[in-house]
Amino acid sequence: MGFRKFIIIGFAFLMLSCSAESTGPNNHGVYMLVDTSGTYTKELLQAQKIINFTLSKLNPGDTFAVARVDTGSFSEKDIVYKQFFDDRPSMTNKQKRKFRDEIDKFIKSAKPSAYTDITGGLLQAIEYLNEAGTKKKTVLIFSDLKEELQKGFIRDVPLQLTGFQVIAVNVTKLRSDNIDPREYLDRLEAWELRVQTGEGTWKVINDLSRLEPIFH
Amino acid sequence: MSFNDVFLIVPNPVLAGFIWFIVIVAVMYFARSPAHRAILSFSRVFHNAMRLSARAVMGAEGRLNERNREVLLEQGREAVERVIEREFDRVDATVRRDLSEYPALHRKLSEEITTIDDDYKESTEVPPEPPGWVKAVDAVAKIPGKDPMVASILEDIHSSMVKANTQAIEEYRKSSHKRHDHLKNMMPHWRKVKSVLGQVDKNVTSLLSRSQTIDRHMQEYEGIIKKTDRSVRALSSSSLTQFFISLLVLAIAIGGAFINFNLIARPMAEMVGGTSQIMGFAINNIAAMVIILVELAMGLFLMETLRITRLFPVIGALNDKVRLRLVWVFFGILLFLALVEAGLAFMREMLMEDDSKVTAALTGTTEGGYADATNSYLWITTVAQMGMGFVLPFALMFVAIPLETFVHAMRTVFGLIGVGTLRVIAWFLRVLGNVMRFFSNSLVQIYDLVIFAPLWLERTVKNKHPKEEDTEVDVSSPI
Repeated sequence: MGFRKFIIIGFAFLMLSCSAESTGPNNHGVYMLVDTSGTYTKELLQAQKIINFTLSKLNPGDTFAVARVDTGSFSEKDIVYKQFFDDRPSMTNKQKRKFRDEIDKFIKSAKPSAYTDITGGLLQAIEYLNEAGTKKKTVLIFSDLKEELQKGFIRDVPLQLTGFQVIAVNVTKLRSDNIDPREYLDRLEAWELRVQTGEGTWKVINDLSRLEPIFH
Repeated sequence: MSFNDVFLIVPNPVLAGFIWFIVIVAVMYFARSPAHRAILSFSRVFHNAMRLSARAVMGAEGRLNERNREVLLEQGREAVERVIEREFDRVDATVRRDLSEYPALHRKLSEEITTIDDDYKESTEVPPEPPGWVKAVDAVAKIPGKDPMVASILEDIHSSMVKANTQAIEEYRKSSHKRHDHLKNMMPHWRKVKSVLGQVDKNVTSLLSRSQTIDRHMQEYEGIIKKTDRSVRALSSSSLTQFFISLLVLAIAIGGAFINFNLIARPMAEMVGGTSQIMGFAINNIAAMVIILVELAMGLFLMETLRITRLFPVIGALNDKVRLRLVWVFFGILLFLALVEAGLAFMREMLMEDDSKVTAALTGTTEGGYADATNSYLWITTVAQMGMGFVLPFALMFVAIPLETFVHAMRTVFGLIGVGTLRVIAWFLRVLGNVMRFFSNSLVQIYDLVIFAPLWLERTVKNKHPKEEDTEVDVSSPI
């Protein structure tokens, strides 16, 4: 085999390698749903901590969006702030500062909503992250997971969660849960079943320190 | 049809097994001769095949050994030629320098000797002349009689003689003092002469020492040219030592390159982005690695154009004018890359500081405060990083020297490994062939052991009818 042939084959191999799966962005998309219904608005400061923690863990090239969960959450209007972080680390830091400021404004001005459309928010998250095309997709649900839909809203739709990990954070217990804990457990089980039916992975994290591994 | 259907020709398995044993033994007995021949011929074929293979492998080993020897001698010849050439260059430089100084040295010595000669002449002792009127005194002293006039004249003469003697002694002392002064003046000239001759002696000794070194290298060279075993052994040992030393230095250089990589990989993300990947590696890491490799390449070329290494004959064959231009070109590129690295190292520090501030602000930790508190000392690490970023490309340039040694020594070491491997393969093939040969003999004996009953019967019958000679060849005899 001549030297020229060797070079050509080597170059072709390199090109094939470049077009393989390992080539392309290795980014992470995070979509956080923040429940603003009823008394849960009291928990918004905790949500702010989680948002800031998430921001500190994201890298250049990642994407992050925070959306409120209210009466009808399947809407872009409910996205409080979203950001595709730049490739350059210095620009990413600027974007993170801006993100934090916007969230601070939202936390100060948030008003409680009458209903809780978690499914609508989840559908919006799926749409957003699929469009972003990130390699890793995570949906954080900051809610007590009790869904209350306005009359006429249809949310009995299958969720396509292949490649998604759905994490419920800060799932507080309601007064009724204290009376009958089965309600709380049934609620969690129902959401787990729903996510797993959609081929997603489900996790509940109430301790912030356990949130870190999801960013590795 | 299962195995049991075939095996159980009668309902009782023991009986069936016995019947099958009888059948098999009978078949083996009748097929004894062809079976023995088949086993033995197969073993012979296998043994011969292994033997031939071993011979072929040993042939290859011999050729490889010869090639290694040639390579080793050629490399040794080149190395010794280079050393002798360098020694002759040094001798040439010494001779040129000393010979150019020789006329001045000669003149200096002549001048000093003339001065010494003059001083010597000046210092010679001249005996004082006796006064001329001494003879007249002698004549007066011979006048007979006791004339009081003569006595008076003689007394006058005596007092004049004493006076003249005192004057002569005084003059003699003065002239001796002058002579001593001349001798004293000669001392620094003697010292100068001694110093000049000492310098000449030193130069001559240096030349003699160099000539001894050249003699030693010439002996080595002659040994290599004559291809003696002693030279080959010496070169082989030297090559192995160089291989391991250069490997160690290269490992150290890889450590340096790794530090260099860490200095620039992170800030490179500011230039090329840090999110995309190629073949599983982040693009900023690849870019940083490319910069380091370019630096290494420039360092190699620079060392090559300076004629410190001889890895690329094309560069070595360039004329001096072009070569010197290339030296400046490569040095310029290397300097530029070193400055880029220093800049990137500075940027790395800035980015890390910014990162720590953002993280502190987001998580509410005291990292930001800590950073502020230690800000006054941060310039030390920043300067250290910039310095390392600037120096490491130049330090990596010297990798060319161990690399050249490694490449040359590697040929010998790989050759030795190849020879060793071929020897082991040949030994293994020989052992396998012999094992198969003796195993076939054992197999023949085991075959006969299985059919010992019919063989015993056969011998018994033969012993009863000794006239009937068995003409069959005893194939069971050992090979």
